[in-house]
Amino acid sequence: MKPAPFAYAKASTLEDALSLLAEHGDDARILAGGQSLMATLNMRLSAPQVLVDINRIDGLAGINDTGDALRIGAMTRHSDVETSDLIAQHAPLIAAAVDHIAHPAIRNRGTFGGSIAFADPAAELPACAMALDATMHIAGLNGERDVPAADFFEGLYETAIQPGEILTGVSIPKIADGWKSGFMELARRRGDYAIIGIAAQAKFDGSTFGDARLVYFNAGDRPVSTPQTAALLNGQGWSDDMAEKLAASLKRELDPPDDLNADGPMRKHLAGVLAKRVLGPMAGA
Amino acid sequence: MNEVVADRWILDRPNSYIGRSVPRPNAPRLAEGRGTFVDDIELKRMLHATYVRSPYAHARIKSIDPAAAKALPGVVAVVTPQEMAKIHDPWVGVLTHLEGIKSAPQYALPLEKATWQGEAVVAVVANTRATAEDAAALVEIDWEVLPPVTDAETATEGETPLIHNDLGDNQAWQRKADFGDVDAAYADADHVVEETFVFGRHTGVCLESRGLVADFEPSEEQLTVWHNNQCPHMVQNILADKFRLEEHKVRVITRDVGGSFGIKVHTYADEVATVGLSIMLKRPVKYIADRLESFVGDIHARDHRVKGKISVKNDGTITAFEIDDLTGIGPYSMYPRTSGIEANQVVNMIGGPYRFDNYRAVANVVYQNKAMMCQYRAVGHPIKCAVTEGLVDKAAKILGMDPAEFRQKNFHSDDSYPTKSAQGMPFENLSHEECMKKMLEAMDYNALKADRDAKRKDGIYRGIGFASFIEVTNPSAMFYGVGGARISAQDGATLRLDAKGNVFISTGATEQGQGMEAVISQVAATAVGVPPERLKIITGDTEHTPYGGGTWGSRAAGIGGEAVAQAGRQLRVQILEAAAAMLQEDASTLDIRNGVVVDTDTDNERISLDEIGRICYYRPDTLPDGFQAELVATKHYVPRKFPFAFTNGAQASYLEVDVETGFINLINHWCVEDCGTVINPLLVDEQIRGGVVQGLGGALWEECLYDDQGQMLNANMADYLVPMAAELPDIECGHAVSPTSDSDLGAKGAGEAGTCGAPAAVMNALNDALSPFDARMTSMPFTPKKVLQALNKI
Ligand SMILES: Cc1cc2nc3c(=O)[nH]c(=O)nc-3n(C[C@H](O)[C@H](O)[C@H](O)COP(=O)(O)OP(=O)(O)OC[C@H]3O[C@@H](n4cnc5c(N)ncnc54)[C@H](O)[C@@H]3O)c2cc1C
Repeated sequence: MKPAPFAYAKASTLEDALSLLAEHGDDARILAGGQSLMATLNMRLSAPQVLVDINRIDGLAGINDTGDALRIGAMTRHSDVETSDLIAQHAPLIAAAVDHIAHPAIRNRGTFGGSIAFADPAAELPACAMALDATMHIAGLNGERDVPAADFFEGLYETAIQPGEILTGVSIPKIADGWKSGFMELARRRGDYAIIGIAAQAKFDGSTFGDARLVYFNAGDRPVSTPQTAALLNGQGWSDDMAEKLAASLKRELDPPDDLNADGPMRKHLAGVLAKRVLGPMAGA
Repeated sequence: MNEVVADRWILDRPNSYIGRSVPRPNAPRLAEGRGTFVDDIELKRMLHATYVRSPYAHARIKSIDPAAAKALPGVVAVVTPQEMAKIHDPWVGVLTHLEGIKSAPQYALPLEKATWQGEAVVAVVANTRATAEDAAALVEIDWEVLPPVTDAETATEGETPLIHNDLGDNQAWQRKADFGDVDAAYADADHVVEETFVFGRHTGVCLESRGLVADFEPSEEQLTVWHNNQCPHMVQNILADKFRLEEHKVRVITRDVGGSFGIKVHTYADEVATVGLSIMLKRPVKYIADRLESFVGDIHARDHRVKGKISVKNDGTITAFEIDDLTGIGPYSMYPRTSGIEANQVVNMIGGPYRFDNYRAVANVVYQNKAMMCQYRAVGHPIKCAVTEGLVDKAAKILGMDPAEFRQKNFHSDDSYPTKSAQGMPFENLSHEECMKKMLEAMDYNALKADRDAKRKDGIYRGIGFASFIEVTNPSAMFYGVGGARISAQDGATLRLDAKGNVFISTGATEQGQGMEAVISQVAATAVGVPPERLKIITGDTEHTPYGGGTWGSRAAGIGGEAVAQAGRQLRVQILEAAAAMLQEDASTLDIRNGVVVDTDTDNERISLDEIGRICYYRPDTLPDGFQAELVATKHYVPRKFPFAFTNGAQASYLEVDVETGFINLINHWCVEDCGTVINPLLVDEQIRGGVVQGLGGALWEECLYDDQGQMLNANMADYLVPMAAELPDIECGHAVSPTSDSDLGAKGAGEAGTCGAPAAVMNALNDALSPFDARMTSMPFTPKKVLQALNKI
């Protein structure tokens, strides 16, 4: 299929992009890597009047060490995240997640910011951002504001980014000593959006969990954090009994949707399996 | 039966290319992106068509308002069904040898009502495809939504609405078969084992979607169609017939084709409509199905529910098979092959590898409001194979016999040919025993069993599954022609020596990406005696190739190849007559080897083909009086001794089931098959592997999912899961060689063997893996959800 007619504007600066957005209002859409947007245009699922291309804006791409955190520019391609030493060293959760995103050709174009801004509930990076307490940097005509990940994802494809705003980057706290992360997803084919997946991060005192965070993706209308289940871990070590407790708790805490690959009960069941497979090894079991 | 002996001259030729992995001549061009697919054809004044498709599975068209669409700048025409019907005749997808099959007249655009979601209803033609799509969204159709028929099980029940009132009911066809005495066999048997099998509806996802450019030239009433169909001559005949044109004024050209798998062998209404648009508008019109259209516009396949029975004796003898097959085929029987053939094949081929005398079958083929169903790679084969092999495995288990041993005990033995199946199908020469033996060695069966058993102790559930099979290839006129279809079972080849000693080959067989050109070049090079670099192959053009059937039913190499072999030999004889005239020699003492005429006995070079071409074409005056060189030879070939060349083989799957997630990991896959003479081992193995992958797709991933309103739910590449490399196992291939005596070449087909056996092997391996649990799975595709349900985990 061919997209409905649209106009195209290439922004050369952030200000330029913001004023184009202001000018066209609801008729405008930001074009980042295009890997989600172009498919919706071609399938005529959306028909914006104007695409504002932010690919040529200097300074929107790249990964910077800002001391306690890494700042990942919105236009950083998935493939650059995948090969980044800074990410491998300071954000092992992101490093583990990124090569589950689609296929190399798509990772070459698709962007970190696009994934976060698009907020597909099945996407890996939003769940990682939640598990890591990331901070989203959002620019508007009135300047930049920061939104913590916990407040950012508001619903199905809905975020705290307001009309006319652009996500410029995401800051990820560097993993601290004693912390470990875990990641796993179940996709019917490598590169597909997962049936369900888990991003986990916890602090360890020996093999005892502390401050555990479990975030599931494709388990709700946005990345789903499960604090009640995570709390069961704190102060505890790993055991078969723990695996069962977590599985039972997840069945209460999650309310996942049905789709063609799985229904809610199946997702709940798999959530327990993933918890066991990820958290046990994190605790060294 | 009389013993039939073929002359295997072609296998004994010096400098033979038969049996060598010669690379495809077209590979560099395609790899460099320089192919010419339909969408690469650009003609002057060409327009683009798209179609307004029905959003409903079953709905009456009350009115159509094209005004807003017509008003859009760039739109050239919006054509309604009534307007289109004025210029063409409808078609009915029946064949006389499928006794009792009935279907309704189908038009390029449906006159009264849409009968499946996605049916093309109104044509929109514009200067660009994008504009056509913009306009299509503006066509207003007032629909009266009718209750859809979706469930095949209830399609023929009283309360179910009729899809075509004139047909009286929703039954397309019923086939019954009864051989021997099944009831007596049951009474006499130690065990009668039953199982119900379900096969999901799926489709063939071609890399290049369907498409055509139709160009009608009114002054000469000449229609030229660039089309990615598998059978150019069949399309020529149908278009001439339906548009009341002279057949010789319809030219169908198929250049490169990006895969077909049986998808591109049918009469699609939207393609006929595109031709109609060109005739109406007197301009070239292009239509390329996009992915979303392909999922609801291309034929679907499978979608069977089969209740099967097998009876066995305690000594391990199979005594009877019985099946009750139900298949839903969409709202019409596809033209011209009909949608009855798949069920027919199932009925004809159940139990194929095994000796037994008693067989009973009923197949019900019913209409429903879903996309049309028809022949797709390995028509009926994965179904009959999975039913047979699933029953065989279950029986072996009840008897406590090893599944390989149980099969070996019941095979038609390799020294028992010629023989017949319980259904009376003639088997010329098959090799079930040899194939199974070779496969068991290749997989190291005992070691594999030990590995499986050891892993089970650690809670790792692996399974081994077998599938033996027969496959129909090289179909004769008994397949379609006998039923009145104008589908050629024969093929012709014309070989021509040019003035530089090169050989042009025109063949009715067509290239779909499967490497047919390589096979043709090997056969021609061997038959004539020239290196492949000196050949030029011309295919896919009804104006420049001899009449032929094209590519389907695993026939291109076995039938098209034999015609080339015969024409090549004839051309060699004619060239040698010219050489003999020049050299004042007896032609019988000369041969052509590696592009030069030599003395047969000494191999001494006498004259080059280049020189023969020069003399014959430029200096014929120097040849003896009365001698006229003839440097073109045409031969045709059709199998006559057997209605089909049955082939056979065995497959095995080794897989692991993650019993917590329901995920299945394919570890290894083996296929040993017998396609007679192997012309090109690399291409045969590619065919086997590609076919296995398509079979695995149906077993594990692919399914056209519909809701109860007849809406296809996953009609896109994200949700319809085709098999991808990362999930696939290594596929190890092996061969036995039982050439057919129906041709000198002895080649049978190899295109569908992989698809035939893979689902059965996987199903049996899965059930072996699940054997420690109270779980059996027989409904394909085997999704994680179904596995977890079978294990009572959810
Ligand atoms: C076959 C396929 C498989 C895929 N599989 C996965 C997968 O498994 N997991 C996964 O996570 N993703 C997957 N994706 C999506 C991919 O990761 C996309 O790249 C990503 O979702 C969007 O990034 P993009 O840069 O391409 O954004 P675009 O497609 O350009 O934009 C997406 C949306 O976000 C908005 N947007 C983009 N950037 C910004 C910004 N900086 N500020 C504000 N709004 C913005 C756009 O306006 C648009 O609405 C897949 C894509 C394809 C085609």
